[in-house]
Amino acid sequence: MSKVSSRGGSFAFKIFQYFVCILLTVMSLFPFVVMIVNATRSSSQIQQHSISLIPSHYLFSNLEFLKTKTFHPLISFRNSAIISVSATALAVYFSTLTAYSIVAYDWKVKKAFFTVIMAVLMLPATVYSIGFYQFMYKIGLNNNFAALILPSIAAPATVFFMRQYMIPSLPMEIVQSARIDGAGEFRIFNQIVLPLCKPAMATQAIFIFVSQWNNLFMPMILLSDKEKWTMPMMVSQLSGDAYKTEYGAVYLGLLLTVLPIFVVYFLLSKYIIAGVALGGVKE
Amino acid sequence: MVNKSQRHLKEMSYAKYGYLFALPFIIAFLLFTLYPTIYTIVLAFTDAHGVGNETKFLEEPFGNFTKILHNQTFITCVKNTVVIWILNFIPQITLAMVLTAWFTARRVTIKGQGFFKVMFYMPNIITAATVALLFNALFQYPKSPVNEILVALHLRSSYYNFFINKTASRLLVAFIQFWIWYGNTMIVLISGVLGISPDIYEAADIDGASGRQIFFRITLPNLKTVLLYTLVTSLIGGLNVFDIPKLLNKGGPDMATSTASVFIYDKAFTGKQLYAQAAAASIFMFIVIALCSALLFYIMRDKDAIELEKLKKQARKEKLKGGGFS
Repeated sequence: MSKVSSRGGSFAFKIFQYFVCILLTVMSLFPFVVMIVNATRSSSQIQQHSISLIPSHYLFSNLEFLKTKTFHPLISFRNSAIISVSATALAVYFSTLTAYSIVAYDWKVKKAFFTVIMAVLMLPATVYSIGFYQFMYKIGLNNNFAALILPSIAAPATVFFMRQYMIPSLPMEIVQSARIDGAGEFRIFNQIVLPLCKPAMATQAIFIFVSQWNNLFMPMILLSDKEKWTMPMMVSQLSGDAYKTEYGAVYLGLLLTVLPIFVVYFLLSKYIIAGVALGGVKE
Repeated sequence: MVNKSQRHLKEMSYAKYGYLFALPFIIAFLLFTLYPTIYTIVLAFTDAHGVGNETKFLEEPFGNFTKILHNQTFITCVKNTVVIWILNFIPQITLAMVLTAWFTARRVTIKGQGFFKVMFYMPNIITAATVALLFNALFQYPKSPVNEILVALHLRSSYYNFFINKTASRLLVAFIQFWIWYGNTMIVLISGVLGISPDIYEAADIDGASGRQIFFRITLPNLKTVLLYTLVTSLIGGLNVFDIPKLLNKGGPDMATSTASVFIYDKAFTGKQLYAQAAAASIFMFIVIALCSALLFYIMRDKDAIELEKLKKQARKEKLKGGGFS
């Protein structure tokens, strides 16, 4: 008897679990579904009923409206792409190089160096933003993408991750035999070590790219020239008065800014989730 | 012996590559992180403001810090930051824990876990600036998707203006932060649980432990490091939260959702551009963050491991005292 009732109880519990999971899924999707559908509707349609599941045919007129105003998704898209791609490439390459210097060689201050990396692992940018801005202003690098790209050569979190990856999975015997064959150290790194680290580099590349693409604080401080604005800065335009009643255009503008992220996410979600899980257990 | 010294020689000659390969990192770090940090600290003791103005050190060295700590607006912003973080973190960690318990339960498995994980994590990857404006549109007054749903479901009889009520605005910012982060926290916790040795669970099964006992007696204690990591990263992120409060409603109404980062930004880069005071505020926030992290590490430190170390040391000592027979 008790077995039957407990089975009934666990069945109800299971229903409850799925109910919660589906509810949370709806919660994740709802804002974006509203955004996508409303991007195709006119402002007066949205004013009458702000939710609808049926797309309308005002997508292009909304786009026309966006074009007439100060919102330039293409320019900011290009700017964000330049910054994010360069910063990601630099961060991944130099972090792997730095991690290799820790793993493969014995040098005197290595331990102290690694301790510093651990200590600044979570140093937030707001802490040094004022000094950073003043410094960049003095050397004339404000309004220059270099100020946003070059700092990523020193990415402590990525160095830490690459080191964790290399210690168990980089076979030093291969490096040794390449040395015997007379290969130079730098060549060994570029032609043997880098290819071996590809999986970890790919994971890190995704996260660095996304965080660079989404970064608002630093670009907002450094880039005053409108031609140089990044995507998140351009998005913040949409809260301006020019768009107060243009609901459809605002939704479309928002959609345009997240489209690339959506594509990246749904293509790579498996690796991204695995990457989050890997990064979490930092011991 | 010859072998050893030869190896040593080899390592010596290779050591220079260690320095060489770490050099780009070191230069970039000194230039773009360490120097700006020190510069910020120095600025906090000056009267730096505006562009092109002459800067000199204050006669009263801690003038900016006393000014900041007596600034009612800054105190409000710090309070907002803490309140918003707590309002977001408690439900976030609770839900993440519940989902972790469900997703890692070995007796009753949930199907479609991969799909749910992808869904729950998704908000984390979307540009926060976009999320802020999207929620601004969703919660508009009078007509907006959320208001229409609330009325349609008879949860409210009229449309509600979320953006003029202080508490509602703070709750909304906290909710968005929660919505962005719970999926991330859940995945981190799940990976922590999967890292616990399965032997312990098997032993518990043999001893006939209940699911609840297993969760509270095995999973939770073994998850301590991961929980600490989550807590510290969330705290640091929470004390620096900027995008959502800045763009959802410009820190309003009446500064109710202005956080410390919003304050620092507004002080330094709008109006009179009071860099020195902003620098003092960011140094103050840095000290708060460092203290909180240190405290958390201290509280959550593994007491059992420390005990074990002590015992081992004692045993070693006694062994030495007892003479070197073995």
